[in-house]
Amino acid sequence: MEKRILVIEDEPNISEALRFILSRNGWQVDVSADGHAAIETMRKDPPDLLILDVMLPGLSGFDVLRSVREVECTRDLPVLMLTAKGQGADRAEAERLGVTRFMTKPFANAEVIAAVQDLAGT
Amino acid sequence: MSFNLLVLTCIAYVILLFAVASAAERSAAEGRAKWLRSPLIYTLSLSVYCTAWTFYGAVGYAARSGLEFMTIYLGPTLVFVGWWVILRKLVRIGRENRVTSIADMISARYGKSNLLGVIVTLLCISAGTPYIALQLQSIAQSFTVFATDSVGTGLAADRNFIAFWVAAGLALFTIAFGTRNLDVNEQHPGVVTAIAVEAVVKLLALIAVGVFAVWFVASGPADILARIDAQALPEWHIQPGRWTGLILLSAIAIICLPRMFQVTVVENTDDQHLATASWAFPLYLFLISLFVLPIAVVGLEVMPTGTNPDMFVLTLPLHLGQDGLALLSFLGGFSAATSMVIVASLALATMVSNHIVVPLWLKARAVQNLDTGDMRVLVLSVRRLSIVLVLCFGYIYYVISGGSAALAAIGLIAFVGVAQIMPALLGALFWRGASRTGAAIGLTIGSLLWFYTLFLPSFGPDVILSARVMEQGLFGLSWLRPYSLFGLTALDPLLHSLFWSLLLNALAFCVGSFVSFPSPIERVQGALFVDIFDRPGPARSWTHPAAEAEDLLPMAQRILGQSEGQSFFRVQAELQGKQGYLPDITPEFLEALELKLSGSVGAATAHAMLAQTVGTAVVSVEDLMAVASETAQIMEYSAQLEAKSEELSRTARKLRDANEMLQKLSVQKDAFLSQISHELRTPMTSIRAFSEILMDGEGMSDEEQHHFAQIIHDESIRLTRLLDDLLDLSVLEHGQVQLNIGPALLRDLIDKSITASNSVQAERKFRFTRSRDPETIEIVTDAGRLTQVFINILSNARKYCISDDPQMKISVRRRDGMIEVDFTDNGEGIPRDKQALIFEKFSRLTDSMQAGGAGLGLAICREIMHNLGGDITYVPGQGGACFRVSFPLELSPREASQKPLGKETEAVE
Repeated sequence: MEKRILVIEDEPNISEALRFILSRNGWQVDVSADGHAAIETMRKDPPDLLILDVMLPGLSGFDVLRSVREVECTRDLPVLMLTAKGQGADRAEAERLGVTRFMTKPFANAEVIAAVQDLAGT
Repeated sequence: MSFNLLVLTCIAYVILLFAVASAAERSAAEGRAKWLRSPLIYTLSLSVYCTAWTFYGAVGYAARSGLEFMTIYLGPTLVFVGWWVILRKLVRIGRENRVTSIADMISARYGKSNLLGVIVTLLCISAGTPYIALQLQSIAQSFTVFATDSVGTGLAADRNFIAFWVAAGLALFTIAFGTRNLDVNEQHPGVVTAIAVEAVVKLLALIAVGVFAVWFVASGPADILARIDAQALPEWHIQPGRWTGLILLSAIAIICLPRMFQVTVVENTDDQHLATASWAFPLYLFLISLFVLPIAVVGLEVMPTGTNPDMFVLTLPLHLGQDGLALLSFLGGFSAATSMVIVASLALATMVSNHIVVPLWLKARAVQNLDTGDMRVLVLSVRRLSIVLVLCFGYIYYVISGGSAALAAIGLIAFVGVAQIMPALLGALFWRGASRTGAAIGLTIGSLLWFYTLFLPSFGPDVILSARVMEQGLFGLSWLRPYSLFGLTALDPLLHSLFWSLLLNALAFCVGSFVSFPSPIERVQGALFVDIFDRPGPARSWTHPAAEAEDLLPMAQRILGQSEGQSFFRVQAELQGKQGYLPDITPEFLEALELKLSGSVGAATAHAMLAQTVGTAVVSVEDLMAVASETAQIMEYSAQLEAKSEELSRTARKLRDANEMLQKLSVQKDAFLSQISHELRTPMTSIRAFSEILMDGEGMSDEEQHHFAQIIHDESIRLTRLLDDLLDLSVLEHGQVQLNIGPALLRDLIDKSITASNSVQAERKFRFTRSRDPETIEIVTDAGRLTQVFINILSNARKYCISDDPQMKISVRRRDGMIEVDFTDNGEGIPRDKQALIFEKFSRLTDSMQAGGAGLGLAICREIMHNLGGDITYVPGQGGACFRVSFPLELSPREASQKPLGKETEAVE
């Protein structure tokens, strides 16, 4: 059974790149640009890994992470957070909220793949 | 001696009194004549105690009862020598509370109760009216003595006629000098001075007659003493009980008699005068009583049997042919009678008007508004009317009683009447627990008892009280017999009445006070009265100006400052109608000065300083100057300190503001860097990811390969544009921009902008409303930069105007050489709290990337417009979002180089 990965990212080009490299390596990838909708989806059907952008319109990545950790079915969901801001404060905040892995944009594709492999398995 | 000469002398004497009184009033009004306020005048005015009753009656009294007449002098002497503490307290309270009469005093002490005022007034009127009648009688009688002694008796026989004219004349005098104006202190220097003159006249007259009796009729003191011993009648024996009672009675009377209260308390101008009076007044009493017994003894020997001894003072000289001496004696008696009537009617009229007429009148006309002018006129008229009324009562009483023998005893009867005030008065001075209820009950019971046991019976049986009541008591109850109440028969009527009325009065007063609970105002007034000497500070009115303007001016200048002090004095001098800057030191001026000074140094200090300078100078003027100087320095210093501290706090505020600004800038800088990082990393992320995918080169179709290359290309352009914007902003912000100024048609620029912005979300169709004519105008500016601004605004509208039928209205206006172009869409507009932010860098209102920009657009527009000598603003309340771009019609290169004032952009660096 393929592992399912949900990508929440509002930059269409970045989410397209992620979808491409992850699908190519055998994961099933769903993409969402809207935090609210994504949370709803996850509660019904939790994915195996969440890749989350920090700067999102409406709900921020931190808000999404907080609500993921609040709900029983997604409490232990591995979350890989990506940020373009590259500030130490963001990393600290993400860790406080219970992020599993934190990466800075731009990333090397191999690193993302390794991290996903690590967190979700094949 | 002709009767006409007597009348003429009388008239001349009265004219003299008028002259003295009006002279005194005049100098008092001018604030001069310190002698008017001397202890001597005060003491002499107290002699109003010695009425015609004492002048004529004392000799008669002595002829009948020996030394007993002395009790009438001993009581007051004891009070002035021994009890002057009471008097001092009374005087101080009276002055500080501006008490106008004994009724006012009682009323004020017991919670300003008008009920008490009315009771005391009625009591005083009851006791005072017969007393006034007695004086009228004595004057009429003395006229008659002369008339019968001389020829031409027709006119003189009519005593009532004489009494009437005397009463009328006294009313006139009292009105003239007692109600001249409405002084808050109720002081009448004219009256007091005239009384003092009369005091001298009556003393001289009695001494003259006495000297005549001792040295001319008898042959010296030894002879007189021998004659006294020879005359000694059985009735002359001293009765200790009666003496004690009479001494007590006269002691009380000297305090409680309305006329005595008037001269002792109301007319008093200085506590210190009492100290003099405490020995001088007894001395006066001693002198006036010295020759009473000799005259009585000589009279009894010389005059035919059956002659009225009450008139010995007058008849003795007449009988012996000493017309001049008789005339002097007559004037003495006249003085004694008139002075009493004047002061008594003044005092009683004050009570009647203040406690009965004015309250009633005010109650009757309570609805109407009264200004103070009306009140003054009203009170003065009422006062005058009351004087006439009081004298009318006296006259009517005189006519009705017909000069009966009963009148002769009225002096002591009146004493018992006013003595009823004593318990309430003593309580007022010394007992804080004394209450209104107690005073009212005590006064009422005492007054009724006095009425029943002494006053009514004094008319004689069957006049008011029937003989049956007198003998068997009211309703036939024997214990209600007026002269032996409750079966007490051992005392003579006078002492009997005094005993019962005063005893039950005092008892009721005490019990009433214990039982009732005083109201707050009573307690306040009680504390004020009883503890009068515990409070510092004399009366707050300036009655003793004893300083020079030359002393006061430097003091005032040190406090108020050179020029202000001087101008204040000059204005005050002008008010007094004087040249220069040294006004007369009148009480009014001092009050004004005190008020002025108190504005600078506080009321207490101002009063204390003036009191020291003006009043009894314990501290020298030099000392005060030093104090004043110090105060001024301290004040100046404190003013400087205040200014400095204000300056410091201003600086601190500035620093705080600057610090806040710096912190805000620092936060802004961090946010800016973070934003730039994000804006740069986002396209770079795509570029790196897709370039790595392309480098891997596997698992993709040709289309995909092309699509990925396209993304890399687009993101590179986005990066470039972002860098361009940043550089543009930096250049614009630092004014290093190269402007390409030239003529252009505004309409063309707008057309071009609309076309250029159409590519943004090209699927949305905007309807444009434009006004062609105003747009057709040639402007001189950097057309490219202006177009850049227009495009930005129009693109934003395309991105953010959420209307289904999006519209854009472009209107152009000229104003003061400036062009204003308004771009108004029909969207939701910008929320009020965001309007201030939109021109800041990276201030995208939503974090949405759909707008596709970095949030620098409006910040750049603002910088451009500033560089073009204009501005871009958001115009709220236009329905949708409305941006107003304003710029000069012709931009000169000089203007372009200057940034408009107050439009400093927050530099990040």
